[in-house]
Amino acid sequence: MSAVKLENIVKKFGDFTAVHPMSLDLPEGSFVTFLGPSGCGKTTTLRMIAGLLDPTDGGIYVGDRQINDVPIHKRNLGIVFQNYALFPHKTVADNVAFGLKHRNVPKEERERRVREALELVQLPHLANSYPKQLSGGQQQRIALARAIVVEPDVLLLDEPLSALDANLREDMRVELKRIQEQIGITTIFVTHDQSEALAMSDILVVMSNGRVEQVGDPKDIYTNPQSRFVADFLGTSNILEATVAEENGVAGVKTDAVGFVPLSSAQMDKLVGAANSYLVMRAEKIELLAADAPADDRLTFTGKVEAVDYQGQLVRYFVEVNGEKFQVLNMLGTDGAMKEGQTVSVRFKSEDCVAVGEDA
Amino acid sequence: MGWHLIRFSTILVYLFMFLPVAVVVLLSFNANQFGSFPITGFSFRWFIELAENEAIIRAFKTSLLLGFLTAIISTTLGVLASLALVRYKVPGSNFISTLLIAPILVPEVVLAVALLLFLNFLSVHKSFFMLLMGHVIFTLPFVVLVVQARLMGIRRDVEEAAMSLGATPIQTFFQITLPLLAPAVFAGMLFAFTISFDDITGTLFWKPGGVETVPTQIFAMLRNSISPEINALGSVMIFFTVGVPLLGAAIARRIANKQSQ
Ligand SMILES: Nc1ncnc2c1ncn2[C@@H]1O[C@H](COP(=O)(O)OP(=O)(O)OP(=O)(O)O)[C@@H](O)[C@H]1O
Ligand SMILES: [Mg+2]
Repeated sequence: MSAVKLENIVKKFGDFTAVHPMSLDLPEGSFVTFLGPSGCGKTTTLRMIAGLLDPTDGGIYVGDRQINDVPIHKRNLGIVFQNYALFPHKTVADNVAFGLKHRNVPKEERERRVREALELVQLPHLANSYPKQLSGGQQQRIALARAIVVEPDVLLLDEPLSALDANLREDMRVELKRIQEQIGITTIFVTHDQSEALAMSDILVVMSNGRVEQVGDPKDIYTNPQSRFVADFLGTSNILEATVAEENGVAGVKTDAVGFVPLSSAQMDKLVGAANSYLVMRAEKIELLAADAPADDRLTFTGKVEAVDYQGQLVRYFVEVNGEKFQVLNMLGTDGAMKEGQTVSVRFKSEDCVAVGEDA
Repeated sequence: MGWHLIRFSTILVYLFMFLPVAVVVLLSFNANQFGSFPITGFSFRWFIELAENEAIIRAFKTSLLLGFLTAIISTTLGVLASLALVRYKVPGSNFISTLLIAPILVPEVVLAVALLLFLNFLSVHKSFFMLLMGHVIFTLPFVVLVVQARLMGIRRDVEEAAMSLGATPIQTFFQITLPLLAPAVFAGMLFAFTISFDDITGTLFWKPGGVETVPTQIFAMLRNSISPEINALGSVMIFFTVGVPLLGAAIARRIANKQSQ
């Protein structure tokens, strides 16, 4: 178990830069998730840490040890692959024992630790099966047991759940988090599934185009994105072009669709020096009410429902307000959903709005 | 009607192919002292005479040794070449791949003459070693094709997992890659052995004076007379070239089954 530090690591494939200078400090025992769209360099970064790719430049540290030149078999890392990568010609027990054998752990201790690892993933009865006899979820648990039984310094997982079907994926997510907390291992998890990332991580690293967009607590990143990309990528957002303005001595931004929106100084600071400013409204922070609903202290506009998209308990509305299309996510009310073509009252709080700036 | 015709002609083709073989086997057990019909009685006489014919025993030993060494060398080279071509970025790997497969495409007699001329040009004398090298060259493509196909099916991440668990690249090869490759290695070895064992064209060109393999020995014997011993020898050859691959296939299937239970 150790902290991981990346210092300006870069990866180039020929002329193409897959990872731009990237620095990260990942504290011991944390669960870190790399999240980003396909091709943004998550796997590349993980493989550099694993020792499966050489960084073009920069330093990788585990604990105090720089591991750039340490070959993979001496790095003492646990890796779980997307397609499990179990050894098909070995039994489950031999798969799990493989790393212990290469660490010259004596036979009795080895057997004990294999048993404990299989118990940890709740599959001790499968010790003598072959990988082909197991389901996908079972194979993934064995792959996890095989990686952690050697007590690695860091656990690396590249989209380990993406080959599983939806229900199993959620079970495995809970399971993985439980195991990680139980053994307290520093874990780096790669995914492009944002609900997975938001649910599991202590630290979320949002990436795009080979760069880190934002690092931090998942809830902070969700509620207070620092860039237009993050605001757009996480959740469902309405992003409006805005200009910095002031009304009655209160600072805020002015937009075409919803006029002036006052913002806190923390939000206004994010726009200092930015070439373009945007106002971000989360779809679930906007509420639709009947057109004749009594007024309250929220900002209120009149809109027209253009499309309704049922998603079970949630309903997604596309609403037009002053020529701008908004997406709204509301719980299904007791008196049913709004109808297409209906005129509605659109309400939100200015405190729920976020500003993001963008350099030219 | 059309189907009957097709069925009939198919049977004829198979008869044409296999009848001579059956006749050879049948006649090899014939007591008659001329190797031909009618069959006058069942006997192992010609097999016994075969076993007492020193020239044939010598040829047999030469063939076995040659086949065995060809199989070992060809398989080793074939596995290494496939590994390099499939697992590493070798510059010009397409070209090398084609070059390795080429001996299958070139008529054997052309290859035989070419190698002979090349050796003359280098003023290297014919020797058992040169014969062996010749056999290696034209059995190699079969090994490479079989092993390459299997290697492409072995996921790279399985090897990466082994290394991440502390196995060096060499340990990974012997403990993970090679066991998974075993059926193909085994099949390649059998191919090489069988092809070498019944090759005659290349062998006639390359063999040094005084050395005979079973096929060249039969060829030489046929020039003098058609002795019933040849029938017996033919039966033995058939047993080897059919039996060995069948046995091999059975073993390979068992290995493969065990891996994918
Ligand atoms: N070996 C390689 N040679 C050339 N380019 C590569 C290589 N590996 C990756 N790339 C490129 O680097 C970029 C980042 O790839 P990477 O696999 O890290 O993406 P990712 O974030 O893991 O995406 P995904 O979510 O699809 O797995 C991609 O544009 C990819 O095409
Ligand atoms: Mg990836």
